[in-house]
Formats: sequence, structure tokens, C-alpha cells
Amino acid sequence: MEFAFSDEQEMIRTSAEAFLADVSDSAAVRAAMASEQGYDPTLWQRLCGEMVWPAIHIPEQYGGLGLGFVELAILLEQMGRRLLCSPFFATACLATPALLLGGSDAQKARWLPQLAEGSLTATLAYASDNRQGLDAVQASARAEGEGFVLDGVLRHVVDGHSADLLIVAARGAQGISLFAVDATTPGVSRRLKPTLDQTRKLAEVQLEQVYVGADALLGEAGQGGPLLERVLQLACAALAAEQTGGAQQALDLTLAYIQERQQFGRPIASFQAIKHRAADMMLEVECARSAAYYAACAAQEMLDTQGDAFVAAELPLAAALAKARCSEAFFHCAAESIQLHGGVGFTWEYDPHLYFKRARASEAFLGAPSWHRERIATALMGESA
Amino acid sequence: MKISFSAADEAFRAEVAAWLADNLGGEFEQLRFRGGPGDEHSFPEERKAWERKLAKGRWTCVGWAPEHGGRGLSISQQVIFHEEYARAGGPGRMGHIGEGLAGPTIAAFGTAEQQRRFLPGIVAGTEFWCQGYSEPGAGSDLANVKTRAVLDEASGKWRISGQKVWTSLAHESEWCFVIARTTPGSVGHQGLSFLLVPMAQPGVTVRPIEQLTGTSEFNEVFFDEAETDATNILGAPGDGWKIAMALLGFERGVSTLGQQMLFQNELEEIIRIARANGAARDPLLRQRIAEAWGGLRILRYNSLRMLSGAQDGALRREAMIYKLNWASWHADLGKLAMDVLGPDAELLEDGPYQLGRLQSMFLFSRSDTIYGGTNEIQRNIIAERALGMPREPRVRA
Repeated sequence: MEFAFSDEQEMIRTSAEAFLADVSDSAAVRAAMASEQGYDPTLWQRLCGEMVWPAIHIPEQYGGLGLGFVELAILLEQMGRRLLCSPFFATACLATPALLLGGSDAQKARWLPQLAEGSLTATLAYASDNRQGLDAVQASARAEGEGFVLDGVLRHVVDGHSADLLIVAARGAQGISLFAVDATTPGVSRRLKPTLDQTRKLAEVQLEQVYVGADALLGEAGQGGPLLERVLQLACAALAAEQTGGAQQALDLTLAYIQERQQFGRPIASFQAIKHRAADMMLEVECARSAAYYAACAAQEMLDTQGDAFVAAELPLAAALAKARCSEAFFHCAAESIQLHGGVGFTWEYDPHLYFKRARASEAFLGAPSWHRERIATALMGESA
Repeated sequence: MKISFSAADEAFRAEVAAWLADNLGGEFEQLRFRGGPGDEHSFPEERKAWERKLAKGRWTCVGWAPEHGGRGLSISQQVIFHEEYARAGGPGRMGHIGEGLAGPTIAAFGTAEQQRRFLPGIVAGTEFWCQGYSEPGAGSDLANVKTRAVLDEASGKWRISGQKVWTSLAHESEWCFVIARTTPGSVGHQGLSFLLVPMAQPGVTVRPIEQLTGTSEFNEVFFDEAETDATNILGAPGDGWKIAMALLGFERGVSTLGQQMLFQNELEEIIRIARANGAARDPLLRQRIAEAWGGLRILRYNSLRMLSGAQDGALRREAMIYKLNWASWHADLGKLAMDVLGPDAELLEDGPYQLGRLQSMFLFSRSDTIYGGTNEIQRNIIAERALGMPREPRVRA
């Protein structure tokens, strides 16, 4: 048991921190969020070519670095601090886990090397309505010939307008199935939706009589429910790390401001009313960090075929807890950062609103805190979900 | 970063569990789950006997270095020991102040002779300690200590006069470590010394404080020309503040995990009641129960972070939030317990004021956010030391 970063992990953290401070400052984020694509393609190429980030948790046999989920979480925390606008989350945290867990050797060999090198971006499209979790899977899949025909509207698809590959969840006669669908397949149409948080783009994806071959099916037909659950747990663990970084940065930029801002002849940071709020922010950040790291460790044991079974079995609740706590910590810190900035916190020019909006969007994304807590309660009460 | 335990650690876990299963029975059966916070007044003699039993099995001071009589366990194994101890319902440790505070402080600052004199009694469970810090005028403002000590060259004794308050287990202790002013006229952090004072003497009077629980775990301790040998000072005269602050660092060690197992036990009781009385069907209570569970998991994760990594003595961020975090969490748990119990929460087990376990926890938890540094003081400490914000101005008389 060693719940601290190794020297190698600390190196990954510091290099990501320095790189992102340079390439994803406020001006870069604002430029990316105003663009239709939602990210800077040149920067994305650097993330892939120079930093090799999308490859971090992909096994070496598929062109990846073969590192673990903890290393992935380290990157995400730093990306969250800088509100990095990129297809990284959708590609590496939504689509890649689906292929890692559900793909056949042939499917992995086909897709993962391209995702690792960044020549392809991908996302997960599973929700057709406003419900949370598997209940939202309402697109249909019907067997036809050797393949399947997919129909339906998929909503809130992260980077769905730009992803090259869509991991689609749909319901058939036997239950939920996941499919790897090339976004250029006839019958697929995508529409970017303007969003409150402009740093993460959402799209609506329409599937009209989309025919995919048998080789698009991940795992067994109708057996995709547990697979999707797992993918969403991993995604929650990943998002929690990103939220932790956002919460930390909301605190840090607040600290910088209140130390500098003078009123009544002294820095406002010297008022106890301010100090105590900052202390509470730090408490929330550290609790979020602990929850996120623990979920990342559990995710790592789950993904590792030689992993500790006891810890791996903790993933569902550890991920639910991390998603709930990190969501609330991020929102709390971002809201406090607006309040403690005073009037300028309400301007477009200052950054707190960017964190506040990202925090709000991330809170709803992949299940709201109350929804995750209800799932925890169900488990604690010994009830079946 | 890895959260699983090694095979050797798991074997150690089995050893601890087996010893407890074999020994926490018979005359000690009645002590299971007793003597924790809010219940420290219960079974004092029996719990002292249990300390000696533990000592025979070499299960006291497990984290201490072997040269001080400990087992020198790794952090992982200390974690495991405290978890298994609490899981088995091991009683609240009568020796916790000696093992967790006095001993490590003596090991860090005492002379070889002081270590030889005091550490074996703590390890053996034969000498118990209490902490003489707070005073009526020195609560959050600890540096305002008024108790004074004068070295009487003729008799070779320190003579101590003053009043301490909120002293846990004072009536059960052989020794008290006392912060006293040894430089007449000094103020604040200056001129304080760290003295080791025997309790059994005419100059020491212990008076229990009746708490809002109706029980008494805390005491007032009056020193009226009380004596201790000239050699019973840690460090030099004037080092008291430095040593007292170092001791606070020892307070946030592995024993926090044992405390968490007690909390876990309380939470499980609340869940059991919720399922039995229908509270588990209330959506808002379900949310709060899940929240409580999550908060406790995070206390554990924070502790594991605190115990991992470089043990360089620096108080890290996750350590600085620990007290504020657990105290607030536990106070919320107390309220949750009452809300889950519903109208039954009002009915006592017996007259005149015999509280049930959760009622006692509910009431006692109001002290959690006060003792050991109030939540407000904790927030000051976090803001100033972790976040580098300006210090509170100090008014000098």
C-alpha cells in the first residue's frame, strides 16, 4: 500500500503541468472555445506527437505506452486545471476504455493504434434522453443480414460533431449492445449544439438506417449493458480527476486575486471571513483529490488482468463517490471563486466564469451527484439496483 | 500509487485478527466496542487490565521503534493493526495518550535517561498519561498559559501552581505532561516549559466536569505547589512551545484509522436501524446516508495519503485538513443518527439520563468540532499555513 505518486508519476505530473501552463492559458482556451471545432488542431497534434498522451493507457502491443489509469488521471487533473479544450477526454476516457474492455483482438488492432497516435478521434454516444446511466440508452439496434441497423437520436455526445469514430450504445431484442461506428457511415448525421460551457462541445448525433457490419459489434449482442456500466465507471473516475484539477485551479486563481486585492487598506485575504472560505475550499479540493486518486487506483486494478480483485471490486462505488464529491467540490470552488473575486468575478474578462461553467457542465455529465449517491445508497441498503 | 496490500501484509492481518479473536473474550468480552469517545469513563480498571494483556502480546506501541520497546511496524502494518483492532471491537485505549502523544514526544525530545524511565511503563500498560495543555484562559489561545513552575534549587524540585481544564483521563493517570510558564513575566510562546508531573500527590486535585452528556470524561486539574523532580523537564526551560507544537504532529498518525473504524461501526448501526424502521425508504435520508458513507471513505483515503509518501515530518495539506474534516463529518453523523431514529431518538434507555449509544454519540459529537482545536482555529491554521494567507493580528496587552 503506497497511496502517493511514484517518482515516475511525479515526473509525468510536473511535465504535464508545465506543458499545459504554456499551451492552454486563458487566451488559448478562449480561442478554442469560440471555434466551431472546439479545439486547436495544431495543439492536438502536439499532444499526440510530442506528449503521446492519448497512448498513455493503451497496451504496447496496440501502439500505446502501456501505462495505467493512475497515469491517465494525473494528466486529466492537469488538463482540468487549465480547462484544456481538446478531444482527449472523449477519445481517451470514453471511447478507448470501451475498446479496451469490449473489443476483440481484431477490433483493438484496428482502432487502438490509430487512437494511440491521435490520427483518429473518437467518442461515446449512449444517451437518447435526459435520463442518467443505462436508462438513457434508447437508440435501437436490429440484426439484419450479417450486420445490424441502427436508428435513433443520441444526445449530449461529447465532441460528437468532430469525432471520427463513434462508440454507439443501442437497444436490441436481447438488450443493449455497443458498436464501433465510423462517423462517415451513411445515415449518420451530426449537429453541434451551442452549450453553456463552451470549453466542452456537445453534439446531437442522428442515426437513420445506419447499417454496420458484424465487425462493429463490441462483445456479444445484447450483452453491452455491463460493458457500458464499466465504461461509464471508468469515465467517472477520469472525469473526477479532471474536476479535481478544475477545483484546485479555481482555488489557486482566487488565492492569487485575494492576496493582491486591497480594501480598507489591507489585502482582503487578511479578513477571517475570506480566510475561512478559502480554507473550506482547500478542504473540498483535498477530499476531491483523495476520492479521485482512489477511484483511479481501483480503475487500474480493474483494467489490469493481474490486478487485486478486492480493490477492483471497489470500482463501482469508488467511481460513484469520486464523481459525486469531485463534482460538488469543483462547483463549490468555482462558485466561491466568483464570489471572492467580487465584481470582476462577474465579468467575461476574468476567468472564474469559465471554471464555473465547466464545473456545472461536468456535474451533470455522466450522472449528477444525487444520482450517484442514490446508487451508493442502494448498495449500502443491500437492495438490488 | 497502489492501494492494495501485499501478501505479507495480509498474513499480518490474519495474525492480528487471530490474536484478537483469542484474547478479546472471557473477562474482556464486556469491553468490546466500549470506552471510545463519549464512553471513556466506562470500565477504567478493566480497560487497564486489557492494556496489560495487549502488552503481553506486544500489541501496544506497535509503531514505536524497537529500541523504545515497539514493534517498528511499517505504515501498512500499523494501518492493518488499527483496522483489525477496531473491527474486532477492541475497547477504547486507556493508554492512547501515552502511546500516541507522551511517548513519541519523550522519544523525540527526552534524554536517554528520561526514555529509560518513562517509555517502558507506557509499553507495558502500567503507567498512564494525561495532557495538561488547556486552561480556563488558554483554550484556542494556548500560548496564554498562566500555570507557572519554579525550580526550587534547595529541594531539587519544580513547584507548579495553576489550573488545567478539559483533561481527559486525569483521574486515571499516573502522569501528566504540563505546559507551564517557567520564566516569570514572560508572555505568549516565550518562557514556557514542558514538564512531566506525577498525579498522585497532595498538590494535585482532579475534579470531573459534568458534560452535556451527563457523563464526565474531562476534568479540571488544580496544581497547588505540586512537585516534580528537576530532571522531569523535556528539552530546556523555554522549549515548551516548540515541543508542544511538535506533539500536535504526532496526533495525526495511524491511530486515525482506528478512529475511522469506530465511525464505520456507528454508520453500520445507523444503516441497520434505517433498514429496520423504514427510514431507508426516505429519499433524503438515503442521500445523507450515502453522503456519510462517502465522507468516511474519504477520511480513510486522506489518512492513507497522509501516511504514504515521504515521512519528512512536514505537515502536508491532507494532514492539515484532517481534524476539520473528521470533526465536521462526525457532527453530521450524529444528527443523521437522530434523524434516522426519528421519534424514538427521544426515548432514553433508562433514567435518570442513561443514553443509548447513538444518543451518546449525537451529543458527544458536539465536542468534536471544539476540542483539539476548534473548527474556526483549524480554518485559521489551514488558511495561514497551507494557503499562505496573512496571519491573524495579535493584540498585545
